[in-house]
Amino acid sequence: MNLVTFLTAAISMGVVYLYGSVGETIMEKGGNLNLGIPGIMSLGALGGVIGCNIYISIFGVDNIVGIFIILFAIIFAFLFAAIGGGIYALLTVTFQANQNVTGLILTTFGVGLMKFIGSNIDQSNLTTASRSISKLFTNYEALGWFGEIFCSHGFLVYLAFIIAILTSVFLKRTRKGLFLRSIGESPQTADAQGINVTLYKYVAILVGSGIAGLGGLYYVMDRSGGTTFVEAAIEAFGWMAVALVIFSMWKPTVGIFGSILFGGLYILPSFINVSNIQLKLFEILPYLVTVLVLIITSIVNNKNSQPPQSLGINYYREER
Amino acid sequence: MENKEIKLELKNISKHFKGVYANKNVNINLYKGEILSILGENGSGKTTLMNILSGIYTPDEGEVYINGKIAEIHSPRDAFEYGIGMVHQHFKLVDTFSAIENIILGLKEKVSLKDAYDKANGIAERYGFKIDLKKKIHNMSVSEKQTVEIIKVLYRNVDILILDEPTAVLTPQEIEKLFNVIRKMREDNKSIIIITHKLNEVMSISDRVSILRKGEYIGTLNTNETNERELTNYMVGNKVDLRLERLRQGATSPTLEIRHLNVKKDDGTTAIKDLNFFLRGGQILGVAGIAGCGQKELCEAIVGLRSYKGNITHFGKSIVGYSADQIKEIGIRMSFIPEDRLGLGLAPNLSIVDNLLLKSYNKKKGIFVDRKSARIETMELIKRYNVKAESIDAPVKNLSGGNIQKILVGREIGTDPNVIITAYPVRGLDINSAYMIYDILNEEKAKNTAILFIGEDLDVLLTFCDKIMVLCEGENMGIVHTKETNKEEIGLMMTGARNLLKLYPERKIGFASDSLIKEDEVNE
Repeated sequence: MNLVTFLTAAISMGVVYLYGSVGETIMEKGGNLNLGIPGIMSLGALGGVIGCNIYISIFGVDNIVGIFIILFAIIFAFLFAAIGGGIYALLTVTFQANQNVTGLILTTFGVGLMKFIGSNIDQSNLTTASRSISKLFTNYEALGWFGEIFCSHGFLVYLAFIIAILTSVFLKRTRKGLFLRSIGESPQTADAQGINVTLYKYVAILVGSGIAGLGGLYYVMDRSGGTTFVEAAIEAFGWMAVALVIFSMWKPTVGIFGSILFGGLYILPSFINVSNIQLKLFEILPYLVTVLVLIITSIVNNKNSQPPQSLGINYYREER
Repeated sequence: MENKEIKLELKNISKHFKGVYANKNVNINLYKGEILSILGENGSGKTTLMNILSGIYTPDEGEVYINGKIAEIHSPRDAFEYGIGMVHQHFKLVDTFSAIENIILGLKEKVSLKDAYDKANGIAERYGFKIDLKKKIHNMSVSEKQTVEIIKVLYRNVDILILDEPTAVLTPQEIEKLFNVIRKMREDNKSIIIITHKLNEVMSISDRVSILRKGEYIGTLNTNETNERELTNYMVGNKVDLRLERLRQGATSPTLEIRHLNVKKDDGTTAIKDLNFFLRGGQILGVAGIAGCGQKELCEAIVGLRSYKGNITHFGKSIVGYSADQIKEIGIRMSFIPEDRLGLGLAPNLSIVDNLLLKSYNKKKGIFVDRKSARIETMELIKRYNVKAESIDAPVKNLSGGNIQKILVGREIGTDPNVIITAYPVRGLDINSAYMIYDILNEEKAKNTAILFIGEDLDVLLTFCDKIMVLCEGENMGIVHTKETNKEEIGLMMTGARNLLKLYPERKIGFASDSLIKEDEVNE
């Protein structure tokens, strides 16, 4: 087993989870448990593919410039995912629907919509587009193993790390981050302090969903080379992303390392010879690790590693 | 008063919840630089009215005028814009944040944590608060949390300050301190509304008092032209007897003996240190102490909700290591009225019936709950304690504080215990409800139940209990017969200035002379 190739692949796989978990963390910090992540990531994938196709139809398949087509794809992926998030926000924040039920419905909806529309989309140019997206730097081989592990990725990988770090800074260091966290902990308190709970929740859900959607785009257009669009196991990745939020104890920076670990566990079977049954066991590992983390943090019972106190509970001001 | 400027005017305010009026045509004026008490029993709509002012609720009818101009208050943010700040009875604080983070929540102006810290500290110093603003809220005592709440409001420079039952959680000294703070605010020409149902406080702090009864506005009086009796009459509508009785009752041999009890707080610091005491059937042992000096942890240790070191014996049988469930199983019943009645005592979203079922479900065998008898029991409870509820199937959280408390106490007593551990059972209750609770406890005493009564009002402790144990930072300062002591001595003991255990080591305070514990058991 080649350690360099393995780490490279682990990072590249982990980014799928990282997008989903950072997006979900933002929402959960505002008190919204969004179980629609798999659906939102599917919508992101769909949006990304449509964005690429639109770019190609405007500029032609011969004029693909990596950085421009990726911006196109990002905008559409973000938009599609945010629309999914918007449905969730409207139902849970405005209409006070149950968050778990709404999230699960959104998952079914998003995955289904991607498969339905996706199977009718022209996918002939996606591999070409993907080739220009999946490598940001050239000549990284010159840097040896370092270049292979850290510099061989596409723009979306680095964007994921940047977003994770920025989110962490936002939540920890900024006033608005503090306000958002206060809503997740105690919306009554935030409201009594004059914070616009509804607005914050909406923005957190829309932005969080948009970020999560980039995970779908990344998997389809970068990680898998634009080939396995409709068949992609994005739904499974979505659940992994939700698990990663718990694993990372709602800390996006921890999530970066968690995502590499999860990614590594996912691709490990293809690096060692395993039977089919062993393969299934390997697929359990990330969840097992998450359960372990949950058990450990619960035993330690440190207030700083607990979920937001009002997570999953809708807020209605005049409730008595 | 006539020459004073009107700051705030409430005109014909009405608000109802599901057909029940919480406020009906309320008219109240507030002058600049005055302290106005709003007096009323539980469920009389005081808090609802103030929540309307602070933007939590929108009124169904009526207008609010501030400085003579109509004010549109649709959210707490609007309320702040109009200079209205409220200290809520159930604190609005984020547990996992530090005090200073709570203070800057929602502030419009961009301020660094350092500047905010300095400003808040300045406010604390000016009003004589001692507080560590970097401390996390979940590590704070109730009175510290209240201090944070007050600083939070002062930080925003409000000129109308609403305090919802601020004294419920404080010691006499702390109350006096708070009142000085409030008087200082009045000197600063701020207008203060204080919600309370303690008459002596109304008389000592406020300039005027407005009375609400069952949501209706009864009237406003100048405090120096009225007296407690008149106010009571306005408040309850009929005369109440203010006499508190200490039942004479022969005590039994020790029911519950506690030896060398050590309990830790959540943060690992010592809550209770080497505590010895015992309870006898037919006797009420009061516990006095400043808030947060181990009372909560003591209660939780006894009822099996918190681990401890030491020995607890019940009728001579050790119950060390028993869980709350096991304690019940072997026939020992303890009734526990937690400090935080909604958090620990009741499931807020369940109905009254369901909450009663939580305690009595195992009376019957089989897998199905006996809902029918629970409903009957609930109806009896509501009737017996005069609980005001829309319906017995409505969630408990919809009830007012006093009514919640009655259900809690009713449920606990209903299990026919032989030991009652009760902490602050009358906190936040109006006079009628409080006396009802005292009566219930006296009834239990007559049935030879041993009662541990953790209280806050020293006058009540001195007249109601047989003995008083005083705690200071988790240590026993001595146990005194209420007939042989006075407020001053208890006060000195509460602050640790007088330690009977050190003064009279030969008395073996806290050890029963007719102990049921065999000495060799203790030595084990």
